[in-house]
Amino acid sequence: MTTGLNTLGKIFLRREAGIAVMIVLFCLAVGAVKPQFLTLDQLRIILLLTPLIMIGAMGQMLVIVARHVDLSIGSMLGVSAMVSGMLYRYDATWFGLDIPWWSGIPISIVVGALLGLGNGLLITLFRLPAIIVTLGTLSLYRGLTFIISNAKQIDRQWIPSELKGLSQTSPILGIPWIIFIAFGVALLTWLFAMHTRVGRQIFALGSNPVAAPLRGIKVTQVTLLVFAISGALSGLAGILYASRWGFVNPSNTGSGFEFQVIAAVVIGGASINGGIGTVLGTVLGVLLLGCVSAALPLLGIPGTSQAAIYGAVILVALVIDRTVRQRGIVSLKRARA
Amino acid sequence: MSTLDTTPPQDTAPVRPRWQTLLIRPETMTLILLVIGIFAGSQLSPFFLDVSYILRSFTLYSELAIVALVLTMVIIVGEIDLSPAANMALSACVFAWAQASGVPIPFAMLIGLASGLAMGALNAFMVIGLQLPSIIVTIGTLTLYRGLAQVLAGDKSIRVPEWFIGVDKIMLAGIPLPVVLFIVLAIGLGIVLGGTIFGRNIYQIGTNEIAARHAGIRSARIKAGLFLLVGLVSAVAGIMTASRLGSVRYDIALGGELQMVLMAMLGGTYIFGGRGTILGTFLAAWLLVIVSTGMIVANVLPAVQLVVLGSLLIVAIIATNLIYSRTQR
Repeated sequence: MTTGLNTLGKIFLRREAGIAVMIVLFCLAVGAVKPQFLTLDQLRIILLLTPLIMIGAMGQMLVIVARHVDLSIGSMLGVSAMVSGMLYRYDATWFGLDIPWWSGIPISIVVGALLGLGNGLLITLFRLPAIIVTLGTLSLYRGLTFIISNAKQIDRQWIPSELKGLSQTSPILGIPWIIFIAFGVALLTWLFAMHTRVGRQIFALGSNPVAAPLRGIKVTQVTLLVFAISGALSGLAGILYASRWGFVNPSNTGSGFEFQVIAAVVIGGASINGGIGTVLGTVLGVLLLGCVSAALPLLGIPGTSQAAIYGAVILVALVIDRTVRQRGIVSLKRARA
Repeated sequence: MSTLDTTPPQDTAPVRPRWQTLLIRPETMTLILLVIGIFAGSQLSPFFLDVSYILRSFTLYSELAIVALVLTMVIIVGEIDLSPAANMALSACVFAWAQASGVPIPFAMLIGLASGLAMGALNAFMVIGLQLPSIIVTIGTLTLYRGLAQVLAGDKSIRVPEWFIGVDKIMLAGIPLPVVLFIVLAIGLGIVLGGTIFGRNIYQIGTNEIAARHAGIRSARIKAGLFLLVGLVSAVAGIMTASRLGSVRYDIALGGELQMVLMAMLGGTYIFGGRGTILGTFLAAWLLVIVSTGMIVANVLPAVQLVVLGSLLIVAIIATNLIYSRTQR
């Protein structure tokens, strides 16, 4: 039994090492064709592409570990960014109150958490499949962004310069704040998932939803929490979207975000059958996606092919996930025999 | 139980009268909603009850509705396919690209249909061959197909020849051709699903796949066939859309998967498989058209329509789940 678990452990270790090797090989291959890919400047570009996806991916990873999926994160990102955007916009014209620039950050997080809680309530109260509920709320929340904003874009001049500064100024080494925030979220997620009781319960719930309540895990609360976290992190990604791009558009902001994030999480080795997923793997998955997106323009591949590459990457990751899982099962059986 | 015991066990419920079983069918709910919708629409505007107006509005949704009929069978068999809307876009782009590069239209249509079939085959291979969950596989193929359409067509639209435009203008007995096609396909699939052994097999797989396999039903073959059928029908729908719009862009039917799933759910198809009818989806398609045109007539903002569609989907699954859990008792 122990040998079986060891081989399993080794496989998962190899899984993350595998992604790291893929990143290195990919960068070397692109660097061989275009040497400017292997410069510090390019590293900065890659890192700047990733923070939003990384924050979203941490929430999505927990959702996928709990054997659900959340398709509505792009729309939740849009709504929470829009709520803060409207606050900034009317701060100047209506209230005359001096609303501090950072107030959008907690507001977006709370709005996102509430929307995520809405998903969780529908899923747990009525025992509905998460995929269909979040497909519905994907459209519902997207409609909300239009209603809140009256279908108008929040332009550059409304967004406080301090907020925009988060993705331009840097505390140290020329690395912008936004990247520190993203890695901070990843670190907190690691602490939460690996070193708290509730965090471990998410894994237990995902690996065996039938056994989990028998072991005293409060399935409803854990599920609600997971969806609320996913919503809250989408909210954080929403305000950082406003910071990074300097505008909030009711139709564009966050649309397609769910596919990038799911691609990153699935590449990172989280199993869609629940119970398996690591923060390190997800971070590496996000970085690999970042490298791919940064390499496309250098190699002269048009940006229009990005969606196709994301789709192909999801499918390839699924196939790899399956082969790894089967090998794990085989080695377990061999260890038992 | 060695002797033949024909008396039913004590704890079964008494047989309900026929009208009662009819009343708690989800299709009845859809029909009642449809009647309410038509009534409310006629209050909104006197032009609403014009049959040709409703038929013309239906042509806008007929492509999605045609695919939704086949998707209903996929959901009944216990799987789901979120990729048909992207499939429509990619096969329409393949078709338009082929005819723009000089292939005669009939062959271009064949190429488009073949590409749709190939997309269905990829779904079938991943879901049945590799035993991966269809939900996540079709999210992947949804992104892939839409992305490939974008690669093929770029941000431009590809025009189709003048004479090819206007499948929705062809009338058969006063009914636009796409609507006729929808009705014919609904009758055909309804007979197959409700009246043939093949159709009953689909229900049996959806209810309990392992039991079905032990009963000698070739579940893998039937499921693969349904995924291929969705691919083929999506390609037909994509080419019809190309003919209706007169040009092809990669964002044809963007978000259409929501409306297709919505039609199936509103018609009472059970998301976990095993229950649902073609009649339900048929009625739900009309209901969706009535609601959408009603909102347009009432000058409701497109954004509010998004909210209404999303809420309808959630309400529809909650309602069907409740109805089925009642009848289970």
